[in-house]
Amino acid sequence: MNIIPSRGGRTIALAVLGIGVFEALLPIALMLLNAFKTAGEITESPLAAPLHWRWENFAHAWQHADLASSLLHSAEVAACTIILVCLTATPCAYVLARRRIRHWRPLSFYFMASVTVPVQLYLFPLYFAFAKLGLVNSVPAVAVIYTAMYSPFSIFLLRTYVLAIPEALEEAAAIDGATPWQIYTRVILPLVRPGLLTVAIIVGLYAWNEFVIAVTFLQNTDTVTAMVKFYTLTGQYSSDWGEMMAAATIIVLPVVAVFIVLQRRFIDGMASGAVKA
Amino acid sequence: MWLLVLPALAINVAIILIPALLTFLAAFSAWDGIGTPSWAGLANFLALIDDPIFWSSLTNNLIWTAIFLTVPVLIALVMAALMLAFPAARTPLQVIYFMPRIFAAAITGRVFQGMIYSPATGILGWLNAHGFALADPLADPDRSLFAVAGVDIWHWWGFLAVVFLAAMRQVSVDQIEAARVDGAGFTALLRHVLLPGIRPTLTLMLILTVIWSFTVFDFIYIITRGGPAYGSEVLSTLAYRHAFFENDVGQAAAAAIVMSLFGLCATFAYLRIQSREEGA
Repeated sequence: MNIIPSRGGRTIALAVLGIGVFEALLPIALMLLNAFKTAGEITESPLAAPLHWRWENFAHAWQHADLASSLLHSAEVAACTIILVCLTATPCAYVLARRRIRHWRPLSFYFMASVTVPVQLYLFPLYFAFAKLGLVNSVPAVAVIYTAMYSPFSIFLLRTYVLAIPEALEEAAAIDGATPWQIYTRVILPLVRPGLLTVAIIVGLYAWNEFVIAVTFLQNTDTVTAMVKFYTLTGQYSSDWGEMMAAATIIVLPVVAVFIVLQRRFIDGMASGAVKA
Repeated sequence: MWLLVLPALAINVAIILIPALLTFLAAFSAWDGIGTPSWAGLANFLALIDDPIFWSSLTNNLIWTAIFLTVPVLIALVMAALMLAFPAARTPLQVIYFMPRIFAAAITGRVFQGMIYSPATGILGWLNAHGFALADPLADPDRSLFAVAGVDIWHWWGFLAVVFLAAMRQVSVDQIEAARVDGAGFTALLRHVLLPGIRPTLTLMLILTVIWSFTVFDFIYIITRGGPAYGSEVLSTLAYRHAFFENDVGQAAAAAIVMSLFGLCATFAYLRIQSREEGA
């Protein structure tokens, strides 16, 4: 459908879309470009190409930001969160979609409401309770917090996948004598697998990128995530921006790689969810 | 069947509901987070009312809300409508516009600080060296909030544009064709056909914007920590500072309650719309 028929109109429209592309990519390009430069070159001009592409920035960043271990912690947190969310949200989504319990309505309402609760409304008692229980600086404990934060979104996303399964399949299985648990594991689970993949990549992204919980709960070197490590190493008064941009590039690289491969899933899944992270 | 719901529900109640209720108790207590809390009545709320930084933070939340209800929404509406006109370019454009959304706040914040706003290493410094006198907005209490908002807008508008485009594609082609035949130009089409066509999506995003604007934390804390001179302080950074740097959890809880109350009205609206949509 041609909503802008005139030639001039289309030229202007393309120019505006092009400005959008430029604006979206400029900070990313600056990060990449300056990751290869010395601090001096960046001060000279953040826009110029490097005189000599300094790959050693990446090696230095790897060491100074202790990326070998902090990236591992990020991966552990993300993996634990993905597993916990998939294990807990899927059965819940099934029950809510099929209205298998009498109180499905208030329960859905509760999960929906919990999405809009600001972190600060539960963060402080949670932190001091975890501190008393010795759960601060624990990767699994943070994964449990993320599970609480991201499972409502996952439940509603998986719910749509369950709704797409014809109920006749379950009825047939029930007639053949399958128990509800068997119906769930043998009929529902295999059919919602594409939904689980979407949930896994989005929840993984959120956990990898998450800031406030990670910076509050994971402070020592044995548990700190790459994001928090990067945050504490850098600041307004940092000096070696080349090295820092190299560290930033390393940390976002896995995310961008998965995004490029699975863009459709990312975009559709996140656009359907109501979580800002 | 309850067993299938229980794990998700139990985690949610333990992590969100119970601590949230405890926050209400803490708001009426004097508590440093470690010792035994004692009843303080309304003291925490009265202290907030007396604190000029509380009022400037609340104002900053309102400014933030106003910015995010307009600027990124307008950019996204125009970009989505333009993408509608170029079906061939649509997929790559969506991927590019969406990209900033997958960048973590900590990364984005630092890239903007060092590569754009910094007077020493950023584009701003480069412009300064080339005859444009531009002061560092992050060092100016009157402008730091807007500078941080700029970062959040970069990360947000493309996502909104993708959401709006998905909704616009549901608007019936006949309606658009009819408007075209009637001689409607691009702006008329956007205002009179596309905008009404995506109203449910638009309303939902505006409501969520209000909720998020009262809870905004990451970008502000990462880039300015609410400074300089509390110039970009919002309720969430104020609450965080009270809880973890001033050991006054009671005060932090009171601030958290105030910011939640503002979001609450929007939450009600959100729940009404969502539950209608989900059939719940």
